[in-house]
Amino acid sequence: MTYQFDFGWLIGSLPVLLKGIRITVQLILIGAVFGVALGIACAWVRTLGPKWLKPVVATYVELIRNTPFLIQLFFIFFGLPSLGIRMSELTAANLAMIVNLGAYSCEIIRAGIQATPRGQFEAGASLAMTPFQTFWHVVLVPALQRIWPALSSQIVMVMLGSAVVSQIAAEDLTFAANFIQSRNFRAFETYIVSTLIYLALAILLRQLLAGLGWMLFPRKASR
Amino acid sequence: MSLIAITEVKKRFGDNEVLKGISIDVAPGEVVAIIGKSGSGKSTLLRCINGLETIDEGSIVVAGAQFLPDEVHLKALRLKVGMIFQQFNLFPHLTAGGNVMLSQMVVKKTPKKDAEAVARKMLDRVGLAHKFDALPDELSGGQQQRVAIARALAMQPIALLCDEITSALDPELVAEVLAVVKELAAEGMTLVMVTHEMRFARDVCSRVVFMHQGRVHEIGAPEEVFANPRTPELRQFLGVQ
Repeated sequence: MTYQFDFGWLIGSLPVLLKGIRITVQLILIGAVFGVALGIACAWVRTLGPKWLKPVVATYVELIRNTPFLIQLFFIFFGLPSLGIRMSELTAANLAMIVNLGAYSCEIIRAGIQATPRGQFEAGASLAMTPFQTFWHVVLVPALQRIWPALSSQIVMVMLGSAVVSQIAAEDLTFAANFIQSRNFRAFETYIVSTLIYLALAILLRQLLAGLGWMLFPRKASR
Repeated sequence: MSLIAITEVKKRFGDNEVLKGISIDVAPGEVVAIIGKSGSGKSTLLRCINGLETIDEGSIVVAGAQFLPDEVHLKALRLKVGMIFQQFNLFPHLTAGGNVMLSQMVVKKTPKKDAEAVARKMLDRVGLAHKFDALPDELSGGQQQRVAIARALAMQPIALLCDEITSALDPELVAEVLAVVKELAAEGMTLVMVTHEMRFARDVCSRVVFMHQGRVHEIGAPEEVFANPRTPELRQFLGVQ
């Protein structure tokens, strides 16, 4: 073992690295918000929504869950322009993450909705609420509370999976790491640093989601 | 003029006919107890009155609102009759106050401030004004059921349906719920209750309906039904010779 570690490049590459972090964070924030929103909408359709929409959503969900994320990304960025739909790398990356998380979170949230006791729907109905009002005001929050840990994990997985958007030259953290190591030839150190940053981001994101759950869901005052 | 008119109602689950032509009229202010063995169709009948089950034949009219299985008619029906369930069915993510406020705001579009005032009044009526901010998890079964009653009352129904509302309670908690119901009855609220509390039925109700195999087997004032059961089925049910 005569390898000499060298982190001297770090200072010079800081701006590139920071930009990568910013883009990765931006990708996951937008992806999580819109992806979960899409997941809630799809879960509603699959459980309580209109019959004609169910096969549409089911097809979308199975299509996304049974194909690689990278291919979905390539399809959006390289495939859609053939139909005249062009977008920037970042927009394509964002869209791919939203579409991907939407499908996975749909199934997670659906499980939460299906675990709702029938009495909750009946109580809502007996108070003259429409089925959608009952879903929105009565069913949704406890359903999300039930599956919050699973949903949080899925969001973190999508964040880590976002590394592949560097393949369409979206300048995320992985893109930055690739770029830096191609200049300094310090692959080991560069990827150690980017690994640690991903680790820190993932832990931070989990904390953030736990905090959000803490705010969103009621807790007993005592105990 | 009856408040709730149930005429020749039939209800089938597949091949199984659970209601075989039920006719009952309930006058305003009446307190009707429905008794009978499990499987006799008494809970199904109650759920039909609130549109939680559809009916196959016959008609149910509550204060002029005909039961038809579309959203507009169901809403009109359910605004007139409140329902209280065996399992309370409080919304677990809302406080007691929030439970009572929700449907006022969502269905009646009552402003939050007014809904809260109503909620406080209704919780006070069931003796739980001090539990406004408690979550259902923090309440005893009896308290939860009283919140459920307050929640139904907040919609100002003209009749309340009670589906075995004390069956899931520990014995020592039954009295506090029945006391609230008794008070409502005294104030003139129309009540239709499926119950196993025979003493309560005898003391508070104006009429008792004994259901057997999907039919009204006996109906009458509690004194005659309990003191002089005419049919062997009712005698057996009441445990008298």
